[in-house]
Amino acid sequence: MTAASITTPAVEFRALRKRFGRLTALDAVDIPVAAGRITALVGPNGAGKSTLIKCLLGLVHPDEGSILLAGAPLDGGFAYRSDVGYMPQAPRFPDNLTGREVVEMLRDLRGRGAATDDELLEWFGESGALDRPVRVLSGGTRQKLNAAIAFLFRPRLLILDEPTAGLDPVASGILKDKIRRVRDGGATVLLSSHLMAELEELAEDLVFLVDGRVRYAGSLDGLKARAGETGLERAMAALLRRGSA
Amino acid sequence: MKTTTRILKYELHNVVRSRAVLVYTLLLFLLTDVLFRFGGDGARVVISLLNVVLLLVPLVSVVFGTMYVYGAREFTELLLAQPVGRRSLFAGLYLGLALPLAGAFLVGVGVPFLIHARPEAALVLPLAMLLVAGLLLTLVFTAVAVLLAILFDDRAKGLGGAILIWLGCAVLYDGVVLLLITIFRNYPLERPVLALTMLNPIDLGRVLLLLQFDTAALMGYTGAVFERFFGTSLGRVTVLGVLLVQATVPLVLASRVFRRKDF
Repeated sequence: MTAASITTPAVEFRALRKRFGRLTALDAVDIPVAAGRITALVGPNGAGKSTLIKCLLGLVHPDEGSILLAGAPLDGGFAYRSDVGYMPQAPRFPDNLTGREVVEMLRDLRGRGAATDDELLEWFGESGALDRPVRVLSGGTRQKLNAAIAFLFRPRLLILDEPTAGLDPVASGILKDKIRRVRDGGATVLLSSHLMAELEELAEDLVFLVDGRVRYAGSLDGLKARAGETGLERAMAALLRRGSA
Repeated sequence: MKTTTRILKYELHNVVRSRAVLVYTLLLFLLTDVLFRFGGDGARVVISLLNVVLLLVPLVSVVFGTMYVYGAREFTELLLAQPVGRRSLFAGLYLGLALPLAGAFLVGVGVPFLIHARPEAALVLPLAMLLVAGLLLTLVFTAVAVLLAILFDDRAKGLGGAILIWLGCAVLYDGVVLLLITIFRNYPLERPVLALTMLNPIDLGRVLLLLQFDTAALMGYTGAVFERFFGTSLGRVTVLGVLLVQATVPLVLASRVFRRKDF
């Protein structure tokens, strides 16, 4: 590994701006996301977390600014997404396909050559869920399929939107362990969550968005030190109060 | 292209297994079958099916199509997050919707003809025109459905628009044309009426079918004008061409909106 690859952020948002009509979803957002670390995206509802994620995925076109992946700006092409795994917040799969068919479809789309990571897929298929139509699966089981798909292609960058929502404690523990393991394997993880305990457990860096602006971006410990609090929830509350005062 | 066929393969699986498409096929099959059993010969059944094709096919295409695209919204986002271009994804989505509906129509109407109709040369052209009209109307109204569902994020608006467009083409349009004819009855109206007919795919479908029969009385004002102006074979080619344009225009628009859209 060269010195440059250590210091270049895996993802960098530069002066990113997006408006939806009168609403400013992102207002000159500058964020570096460190490579090989777990970065949490937090903030109240409507703060711009989803818009930020969708800009990175190419689902939303930013009005101004740029996004750099390992130093190279995104130019509207789609090849970079073969290194990206995405777990959307509320997944819905085609009703009449089975889990296996959904996975086969994505394998076809990605090309058959690459090695895959089937660990979570086996976990999802344990109770025979692979061959049942997706519409009869419970919300939690569907979320497992969602996770299995995100990790399947060994992505270098994982984007997880509330990954443990709808999962029972056991399943949620398995997923969190998996997130840490791929991080240890060198992948960069960007996740959003509202669960403070989960963030304290997983996140190393934290980006705090409020009304489309970055209120804090840096390490988790740095946030607590700055707020003079030991708990994450109180630290964030202190930061919010200070900002509005 | 490769990506499109890959997406199409699974979309086809999904749509073909949907209950609505199955019910639609069965309905068309039963209807055609019953018309034969009530003692119609092939040509009479074609005429009886005329209004079914002109009303039911557009309604099912536009309503099912709109609901399908809204239902696939989240999965479309997941597919867009894969290394896939928007153009090929759009093509896969549209074809995955239009082909099963077109297939359902061809099977539902075509199979009873294979079972019951006496093979005779006189039936070939009317039946072919019936199938072609149904096919083109399916393509036109699924294209409109896809455009509406991509244009409006609000499901209620999209579905409302779909029903309004169907109502407009199927019911209101002829009324408006008649009204205009009454108001401007002192002017030569052939050409304006001809132009108005060209705008409505359902009218075009009707003209296409009725040009096959000596049923000028059934054609109404627009149909009669049409036959006098074009004659049978030029009229047929013109109608087919215009219907193809009507399927292409909303599709090109939808593809353009889809490529620039924020999801």
